[in-house]
Amino acid sequence: MSNPFRFYTRLNLTELLGVKAKNLAELLEGLKSVPGSSIYYHTHRFLQQHHFLSPEPPNDFAYWVSNILQENKLGEQLASIDIMQFKKISELREEFISVIEKHINTSQIIREAPGGAEFYFMKSVSFIIPTRQIVNNLTEFAEAIKKVSINSVYFHMFEARLRLEREYNDFSNWFENELGESDLAKKISSLDFYTHTLDSLRQKIVFFIEQRINAQNK
Amino acid sequence: MPKINDYVPIVGEDIIEELKIIGEKLKGKVVQHINSTSVGGGVAEILNRMIPLMNELGVDSRWDLIKGGEKFFQITKKFHNALHGMAVDITDEEFDVFLQVEDENIKTINFYGDIIFAHDPQTVALIKKKSDFGDSKKWIWRCHIDVSYPEPKVWNFIKQFVCQYNASVFSAPVFSQNLPIKQYLISPSIDPLSDKNKELPPEIINSVLDKHEIEKNKPVITQISRYDFLKDPVGVIEAFKLVRKHIDCQLILAGNTATDDPEHDKVLSKVKEKAANDPDIHILVIEPSNNDIEINALQRASDIIIQKSIREGFGLTVSEALWKKKPVIAGAVGGIPLQITHKYSGILTHTVEGTAYWIKQLLNSPEYARKLGENGHEHVKNNFLITRHLKDYILLFVYLYYNQDIIHL
Repeated sequence: MSNPFRFYTRLNLTELLGVKAKNLAELLEGLKSVPGSSIYYHTHRFLQQHHFLSPEPPNDFAYWVSNILQENKLGEQLASIDIMQFKKISELREEFISVIEKHINTSQIIREAPGGAEFYFMKSVSFIIPTRQIVNNLTEFAEAIKKVSINSVYFHMFEARLRLEREYNDFSNWFENELGESDLAKKISSLDFYTHTLDSLRQKIVFFIEQRINAQNK
Repeated sequence: MPKINDYVPIVGEDIIEELKIIGEKLKGKVVQHINSTSVGGGVAEILNRMIPLMNELGVDSRWDLIKGGEKFFQITKKFHNALHGMAVDITDEEFDVFLQVEDENIKTINFYGDIIFAHDPQTVALIKKKSDFGDSKKWIWRCHIDVSYPEPKVWNFIKQFVCQYNASVFSAPVFSQNLPIKQYLISPSIDPLSDKNKELPPEIINSVLDKHEIEKNKPVITQISRYDFLKDPVGVIEAFKLVRKHIDCQLILAGNTATDDPEHDKVLSKVKEKAANDPDIHILVIEPSNNDIEINALQRASDIIIQKSIREGFGLTVSEALWKKKPVIAGAVGGIPLQITHKYSGILTHTVEGTAYWIKQLLNSPEYARKLGENGHEHVKNNFLITRHLKDYILLFVYLYYNQDIIHL
């Protein structure tokens, strides 16, 4: 008998850290000193606030570097950092630091943000809350995931993997370890979550599950 | 007043369900809001709408007012202007009068709340009462105004009190300050069920257009804002004139009559002078009694909404326009960049020429303009409706009793 899966949801409060950057050197300094929850916030804010958009805007660092400092090449490099590759926020932080340091070491020009357009570091406080949806099998799962809020899908796919350092997303974890559905688990974990809207990600997961249910029923 | 379930068709049952779950976590706690007025002004407006909804969600919320005479409010008006960055001369005697009134209020107000939520500079010194209660009460100071470039003397005076609160709240990152206490970002919000934002039948929209003699078959560009140089209505006319060299269109500038701004008449006459009786430029001064429905109708009748501010508090007119799925071109100041992500959910500009360029682009690319409006609507739905505001306040109240970044409730 497998353990049931309980859907959780996640709500967010934004804390202002009182740290700001007006050029790349100050951005780098901030990147090195702010808490991990700030790196997490700035690499996931657009995803949550603009989860309906495709293509969605990039992470906050890339957006600021491109649109405010007008450093388009660096902005593109920062936007293309593949967050899926990283299993820990500390590793993600190192990657951003490394890309910016390389740029600073080779760049001749220091660009300053105009007053009021500085980069303001913030961090995310997460509240994780159980929902009433508890499921025991794939059929129940497919129904429940259609009902839960987009915040719940976000929590299990993004936050659990990177912020809670669970290695895999929660759905793949449960499919593999509790239902023995390794192929389904792999199909979902190999998606590039960051290039989908949350709704399209939800639809994709439902599609894979229903495909598997149909195959079982044949 | 709307009930919490009235918002289900707008934001979805799941979002309201989440509010109910977190509301339960504050069972037994009383939140006491304190501000300076129960009517007029943005703070009173939002508290009037939020407090009944908070109570419906199980958060026992109450509201008290400080008392202050004419002199006190003249001084706090000066504080307000100084915090907005104006050079204002405030004498030591005026600081003393402010403190005397605050002390009198401390004596008369019953501080019964578990969480004391003080709004704006008028209430900031009530924190002097905190030491009487030890750690048994949590104190929050909510700054509703733009303090990005405050006049230092007044800000330092205010800051000595702010630093004693458990937490502070600002509307935009650019307003945050270097403070030894925690600061939270909680943006203001619009109410989709208010007269200013609710759906309107076409006959009401048409009647407003007829009343102001606005043509229905010519593109409409609109800026809604009081007549204030900081909203740059003259710059809007200049941009419009550049556009009209190539595209036949009309401009609406609409603002309130009711204003305590001494510069209002001066700005209005400058605007009229710049418009030079152009029949395609409609300069409207709306009576306060008709304000909300008329503004709503004008926004809904527009093809493009402009908010060409040079300085801005938060600029909720942007969210109002986006909620109506209108493409918005706005100045990248104050809280506007939170509401518009450039080229995704609207357009941010810095100059008259840039504004004119984007008006032409959007009038000539209606599909892209429509997409910006739709994206803007979704962005407002997720981030700037009263339901998000309720969520943020409840989470803040809950968080006063925690210290870590990840909380399992």
